[in-house]
Amino acid sequence: MFPRPVSAAGTFGGLSYRIAVPIALVIWLLPLIAIFLTSIRSAVDINSGNVFGWPSEFRMLENYTAVFTQSRAALYLKNSFLITIPSVVISVTLACLAGYALAIYRFRVALPLFFLFVAGNFVPFQILMVPVRDMSVQSGLYDTIAGQFLFHAAFQTGFCTLFMRNFIRALPFDLIESARIEGVAEWRIFWYVVLPLVRPAIAALAVLIFTFVWNDFFWANVLTQGESAKPITAGVRALNGQFVNNWHLVSAASLLAAVPPVLMFFLMQRHFIAGLTLGAVK
Amino acid sequence: MDETHPENAGWLKRNKLAIAPWIFLIPALGFFAVYVVLPIFESIWLSFYEWNGLYRPDGTSTATWVGFDNYAKLWGDPKFWISLKNNVLWLVLFMLAVPAGLLIALFLNQTVIGMRLYKSLFFFPFVISQVVVGLIFGWFYNPDFGVVGSVWKALFCEETVNILGNATFRCTRSAPDILSSPEFATYGIIAAGLWPQIAYCMILYLTGLNNVAADQVEAGRLDGAKGWRMLWYVVLPQLRPATFIAVVVTVIGALRSFDMIAIMTQGGPFGSTNVLAYYMYETAISEYGERYGYGSAIATVLFLIMLVYISYFLWRMYQDEKGGR
Repeated sequence: MFPRPVSAAGTFGGLSYRIAVPIALVIWLLPLIAIFLTSIRSAVDINSGNVFGWPSEFRMLENYTAVFTQSRAALYLKNSFLITIPSVVISVTLACLAGYALAIYRFRVALPLFFLFVAGNFVPFQILMVPVRDMSVQSGLYDTIAGQFLFHAAFQTGFCTLFMRNFIRALPFDLIESARIEGVAEWRIFWYVVLPLVRPAIAALAVLIFTFVWNDFFWANVLTQGESAKPITAGVRALNGQFVNNWHLVSAASLLAAVPPVLMFFLMQRHFIAGLTLGAVK
Repeated sequence: MDETHPENAGWLKRNKLAIAPWIFLIPALGFFAVYVVLPIFESIWLSFYEWNGLYRPDGTSTATWVGFDNYAKLWGDPKFWISLKNNVLWLVLFMLAVPAGLLIALFLNQTVIGMRLYKSLFFFPFVISQVVVGLIFGWFYNPDFGVVGSVWKALFCEETVNILGNATFRCTRSAPDILSSPEFATYGIIAAGLWPQIAYCMILYLTGLNNVAADQVEAGRLDGAKGWRMLWYVVLPQLRPATFIAVVVTVIGALRSFDMIAIMTQGGPFGSTNVLAYYMYETAISEYGERYGYGSAIATVLFLIMLVYISYFLWRMYQDEKGGR
């Protein structure tokens, strides 16, 4: 193990490490802690510049309620879920199919097609912006929930296929070979042999894509105009304009926007990390 | 397979392994082609046109062919050069996330009770949206209400009570407004962007460190290697896959920087924090009407820069594939 375990450094070393870690954590998360404190303060504290001091009064409930009553945060949050969930379902489903095809069958264009998915996943959004926006306007999908999740689903299919293909390729090929010899139909091999084995990959992708899509801001701006289809990320920005210098409300709204992905991460931590490392670092 | 059409089923059966992959592939491929692959080519094509995004009543586009005009205009556009310069700045400074992430990972790679929770808390900044990170830092840097302001007051200001009994602050110099300064604003945004990126690199290295072969580290210790020498000669070579991914995601993150700029400065003050990604958006969908052609030209330049890295990444993957089965 590297670096050397602190337990080998004696009680003093172990103890000082145990003290150093929480201190480092507080420094690291200082912006987040500060904004949380701000979100439970009253307007009086904000105006008197009380950032780190004890709040003069605790207004957590009032502030967070105010976000909902004084803005359309509830609508934005609902929209975010309506955009994110279909994106996850569609992209992961398509990637299971495509990843299986690219991993199991040997045909000449398998590798170029795989590289197409990989490359597409890394392009800057701006190169897609004008055509996708134009296409959405033409087909009536502009400023709708569906217009957003269809795009996200298609774009995230690239990353999901990359991940799925590599995951399936690492499975023992004999399993598929022997099923074929026994005359099992191809789609049954997929359904009964491969799909149960890729469950961890599906979980990893689901949490990761949830976070990516939830946190999207660019496409929310490109593909929506009014309030009706806006997700929370774009909504928070609108709130920022509405609550100028009401930092206690802005921070409460920001933290609300962060809750679902943070919960997702804490509940599915191991899967999340497996997904982030692109499966390359086991 | 259906047995009622023997000759038909026979052909299907014989070619089963050639047809099956396409059936699995078509939904994903079609979807991806429509929303990702074709738009890339359309954008490049559009960069040779001038177009405000409108159509004539008969459904034809009002775009007019201008050849390389958009690119010629870009060449003489100071805003483009500022954006490009800032992109380079982002790329270079963002790379700090890789060693910084490694450092934190080394610090946290211990088995002490509660360590798992600490590790995930350190990872926190990556999970929250960049919009939120941008807002947090926008407030953090605020000279009147934020952390920078309050720290400044503690360091450089004296609290005095005036005749009416109200506390006022007399400062030897006024607090810096980082995001309103053309010189420092970009650095302020990059610092904010580094926060989640360091967390990402850290988690990559923590996962990598888990897999470092214990026997090699022990062997290195027997040979008297420790500290930096151990890290450089024994551990880092084993962390190469993690480093590779960390560099790739950091480059992509740097070139994709959009959210933070949109939230924190909107390219200002005086365009000094613009990057290609934001400038493209601002140009293509501006208040003064759409400029799709010019925007597409900027997007194409950004795409070509990214293409260098994508090609390198694919080439590396290709080498791995050849080495594999």
